[in-house]
Amino acid sequence: MRQNNKFPATLLLADGTVFCGTSIGKIGSTTGEICFNTGMTGYQEIFTDPSYTGQILLQTNVHIGNYGVNQLEQESDTIKIAGLVCKNFNVPYSRRQADQSVQEYFALNNIVGITDLDTREIVRHVRSKGAMNAIISSEGKSIEELKLQLAAVPSMEGLELSSTVSTKETYYLGDSSAAKRVAVLDLGVKQNILRCIEERGAYLAVFNCTATFEEMMQFKPTGFMISNGPGDPAVMPCAVETVKKIVDANIPLFGICLGHQMLAESQGLKTYKMFNGHRGLNHPVKNLITGKCEITSQNHGFGVKMDETLDHPTVELTHINLNDNTVEGIRVKNKKAFSVQYHPEAAPGPEDSRYLFDDFIALMN
Amino acid sequence: MPKDSSIRSVLLIGSGPIIIGQACEFDYSGSQAARSLKEEGIKVILINSNPATIMTDPVTADHVYLLPLNPASIEQILTEHQIDAVLPTMGGQTALNLAIECDEMGLWKKYNVRMIGVDIDAIETTENREKFRQKMIDIGVPVADSKVANSFLEGKEIAQRIGFPLVIRPSYTLGGSGGGFVWVKEELDAALQRGLSASPTHEVLVEKAVFGWKEYELELLRDQNDSVAIICTIENFDPMGIHTGDSITVAPAMTLSDTVFQRMRTMAIHMMRSIGNFAGGCNVQFAVNPEDEAIISVEINPRVSRSSALASKATGYPIAKIAAKLAIGYHLDELKNPVTKTTSAYFEPAIDYVIVKIPRWNFDKFKGANKTLGLQMKSVGEVMGIGRTFIEALQKATQSLEIKRNGLGSDGYQQRNLEDIVDKLKNASWDRIFAVKDALSLGMPISSVEKITRIDRWFLTQINDMVRLESDAKRFNIGTLPKELMTELKQKGYSDIQIAYLLGGDTTEDEVWDLRKSMGIHRIYKMVDTCAAEFPSPTNYFYSSFDGENESIVSDKKKVIVLGSGPNRIGQGIEFDYSCVHGLLAAKESGFEAIMINCNPETVSTDFDMADKLYFEPVFWEALREIVELEKPVGVIVQLGGQTALKLARKLEAMGVKIIGTSFANMDISEDRGSFSDLLKELEIPYPDYGVAEDADEAVAVANKIGYPVLVRPSYVLGGQGMKIVINDEDLEQAVISLLGDLPGNRVLIDHFLDRAEEAEIDLICDGKDAHVIGMMEHIEPAGIHSGDSYAVLPPFSLSQQVQDTMEKYARNLAIKMNIVGLLNIQFAIKNEKVYVIEANPRASRTVPFIAKAYQIPYINIATKIMLGVNRLHDFKFERKLVGYAIKEPVFSYEKFPEVKKELGPEMKSTGEAIRFIKDLQDPYFRHLYKEKSMYLSK
Repeated sequence: MRQNNKFPATLLLADGTVFCGTSIGKIGSTTGEICFNTGMTGYQEIFTDPSYTGQILLQTNVHIGNYGVNQLEQESDTIKIAGLVCKNFNVPYSRRQADQSVQEYFALNNIVGITDLDTREIVRHVRSKGAMNAIISSEGKSIEELKLQLAAVPSMEGLELSSTVSTKETYYLGDSSAAKRVAVLDLGVKQNILRCIEERGAYLAVFNCTATFEEMMQFKPTGFMISNGPGDPAVMPCAVETVKKIVDANIPLFGICLGHQMLAESQGLKTYKMFNGHRGLNHPVKNLITGKCEITSQNHGFGVKMDETLDHPTVELTHINLNDNTVEGIRVKNKKAFSVQYHPEAAPGPEDSRYLFDDFIALMN
Repeated sequence: MPKDSSIRSVLLIGSGPIIIGQACEFDYSGSQAARSLKEEGIKVILINSNPATIMTDPVTADHVYLLPLNPASIEQILTEHQIDAVLPTMGGQTALNLAIECDEMGLWKKYNVRMIGVDIDAIETTENREKFRQKMIDIGVPVADSKVANSFLEGKEIAQRIGFPLVIRPSYTLGGSGGGFVWVKEELDAALQRGLSASPTHEVLVEKAVFGWKEYELELLRDQNDSVAIICTIENFDPMGIHTGDSITVAPAMTLSDTVFQRMRTMAIHMMRSIGNFAGGCNVQFAVNPEDEAIISVEINPRVSRSSALASKATGYPIAKIAAKLAIGYHLDELKNPVTKTTSAYFEPAIDYVIVKIPRWNFDKFKGANKTLGLQMKSVGEVMGIGRTFIEALQKATQSLEIKRNGLGSDGYQQRNLEDIVDKLKNASWDRIFAVKDALSLGMPISSVEKITRIDRWFLTQINDMVRLESDAKRFNIGTLPKELMTELKQKGYSDIQIAYLLGGDTTEDEVWDLRKSMGIHRIYKMVDTCAAEFPSPTNYFYSSFDGENESIVSDKKKVIVLGSGPNRIGQGIEFDYSCVHGLLAAKESGFEAIMINCNPETVSTDFDMADKLYFEPVFWEALREIVELEKPVGVIVQLGGQTALKLARKLEAMGVKIIGTSFANMDISEDRGSFSDLLKELEIPYPDYGVAEDADEAVAVANKIGYPVLVRPSYVLGGQGMKIVINDEDLEQAVISLLGDLPGNRVLIDHFLDRAEEAEIDLICDGKDAHVIGMMEHIEPAGIHSGDSYAVLPPFSLSQQVQDTMEKYARNLAIKMNIVGLLNIQFAIKNEKVYVIEANPRASRTVPFIAKAYQIPYINIATKIMLGVNRLHDFKFERKLVGYAIKEPVFSYEKFPEVKKELGPEMKSTGEAIRFIKDLQDPYFRHLYKEKSMYLSK
């Protein structure tokens, strides 16, 4: 059905550029760092990925909502994006397995978004100007009001966000009698990471992001998963310290995305904010150990410095991005610790990199 | 691993003449592969019997063999050249089959030739239904329940076990020939017989029908390091049950969740790896049950295909070009994305638009043909529309079809009889998409349309949205239509003509154009860059939309637009793509920025490498007009894109745009029978008596005046559409009534038919002052059979010198008198040594590429330079290299229409052509043809 009640909405970027469109989801205003994802499937998984906390998401795929929303395909319990920008927001859907439309889903989750605007123009703009904050508003506010509101939004650089999405209570998954016990440091973990480990026969305990090494050791883990999550990796000394202790204890450790950056920092490597992050389901990565290549799912706005990695005495570069030659994976020499910048659990995205979970399990043998 | 340096010369096998199921997409892949290999310093030797292809041009390959595709030809090449490797994956099933045959004969081994890009066992596994099925079961990929039958009885037993409905699929056939659905037991015997006899190995697969399931195609690339990338995922709008070549298809997949898509993706990779070890392209087809999302694999093709050509155009990623590099040893991660030039070739393109492909059928050429779509492909061409919404892309595709529609409905051609519409929904044919729209317009619930067609509900809701938008628009007139609504209509792909229709009264297309221009609503152009704008791309491939930012930067160079010929169809096919490509190259050589406009995804002219700038747009007036306004070219070349391009000349002229070469006024003379005959009279050139009639009574009067037999036809047609030869009043009346019924408002031309005359034609280039005959061809069959369907010999084999001199004299006089600048094709009839001119076409004809290949002279290049005014005829030397004669042999696709009478007449029916060289007239092949010549050839 066509939306007969169209409300105008505005997207204002931090550099003053204004785009006009139509409101979707809830009427209101929302702020965050604008980023674009080029994936052509998996919008629901992206919306619910905790790593998108604090970010306004632009989907380059021109139709969003076509197959509705399905409770089983959540990557966390709620929508995590701060807002959505898309070309066509499609309320009617055809999938028999879906529970509700994207409009119902957005309204229920109080998400503000904007549609009917030239998303490609925005991508080209952000691509050339770099990541920046933005505000979407459908409340009829003036540009001046929006500018004031936007000015108050902190930069993503220096922002710690894991604590806003990490589990408050420790919870457990899988068969408690399993020989392999994985302690998960939840910096904003995606459900599919847990599923991928659980389906390989391990018992999991998921800890708050501030959990100490000692607290987690009480679970008697045979391995640690340092999860993905939102925010700037440079301002998380607590998690870095925890990771350092795990590496020193030489217990198998697997880091994903933010977890990868934690491992790097634990070894003294620096992270940096990228001009534009990698967000999509089509990023080419080469495994330097095996020589094989994989198409990966990515979502990160910070990275580990390549020059420092190459010169590092205890860290070995294991994976590189074939598009821009950035660091995609490392391991610590003579330790059972490795990590990747991308998302082997995918959801959404290709399953090419699932072997990393097998590698992790094998490390625990 | 980098390039394998032991490969210094490669033999490429083409796909031969165009037939249904194997068309010019293989010219696209073959020529791309040839160029890809050449840029690696590899010598390319090419064989193809199809002279109308770009791949067989000296610009493409180092050595070209225009020989029949058989092992003898291959052996001849192998004796004449040192060949290191053969690449058989670029020429469709024809090339693969030939490679296998040569392999079985030990030819490759004998001459120490490696087969690259393919694995013989893989072909065997994918072509043999039972092997494929077993392989899938072994690797845990689901397939439909089925079993192979080698006999009639076996087939019946299997059918009994599986139950109905089921599918019969013959092994080793092309485009689904001989296959079909069996709904009830009563239909089984006939279907089984047909399938068994269609299969060269007398083998069919009896398979459970997954009718109505969602259908998907994935295009894969894999290298020798086993890296695989999915270049494109294509969703079929028409669900399982209609051959994918006959289905409307959409990319990216519109109705697929990531969960289901990733399962499919992983399966596809697993399947490709399981069938063998080869580097190159591969196409995998799946069916998905919408009820429970169960996936089954349908088919795998270990080569580039029609779909990979479409996927290349849909994503911008040149699959054949990269596949050729992988075949010579490169790994994907060692290559750069040729579009961005900075990022890796190993990635999966991201699309930020929608493409819709609609097949083009030619049922009008096959009277009595079963027009229902099914497992066997029947379309002869296709178009692609690109837009920022599914509906925009769909409407652009319908505007590209050139079937006199101006979009999807709302153009005055809608059907209103619900019974007829329901029938069209049930029995899918060329017009089902229009019936879907008409049904929804008449208020049929989406669920009913869904139930009958099994088309995914999402597509139907999108189309239903149009109905709402149209009823909104109908409340206004040209004076009251608000800007917001105009914007929405344009964003949904409505042409100005459709909007004029919706606004009613006597609103014209031009009024809508003027109104929206005054509102500031015009096309902008977006780039097809493989990466959804993630990376900057210096590419030149654009499509239009009504969106914010225009990315097509207009240069300050002098520009010329080459208009393409739209979808392939009988009478207008690959020959015009050949001409357009040469036009582009010649324009570039002459210092112009060459801009291409075309909407046919199978073509070489729409390869982004060819033009300086490519607009993938409908060859449709409104689309052209807006590009002309933006680019402000010096002029537009309409002589190379067949009748499609030519007929836009009038409007261009009216708008004050220069027609490059022959002026519009002069071209128009040949289109208008009256003024053309006056011209012939003035030049004292004989022509058959003729008359014009508007109804049957007038026709009879004319016929009696000029004398029977007469040739009747509508005045503006292509490829002899609707032409008939009649011998009495009664037949004439019937013919006229049927013609005017099909084409109301048209006039009928009635020519005296020169019975038992010889037919011949001349192609020439004229620079306004001087004319040069590039070739004279004599038909083997007598006049009355369409020139496209006749065997023709270059140069003439039996016409007297006097007749030839007369023809040449007439041709020159006509060309100079018409002030032709560029190309002219003239058809002659010769009776009792008297030469008559039948018609003249002021454009590149079907035969020019043939003559260019036979004489080895780049005639289109020369003609284009003359049109552009950069050269005169005397600047060129014409050294014909033909020894003996070249015979043009027509090729038909009748096996797709077993119910159609295989008779030839004035209406063209052939889909392709081959070239055959003979040394002299004692050649047994020629003697045979000559002996068999007849009015009613059975092919």
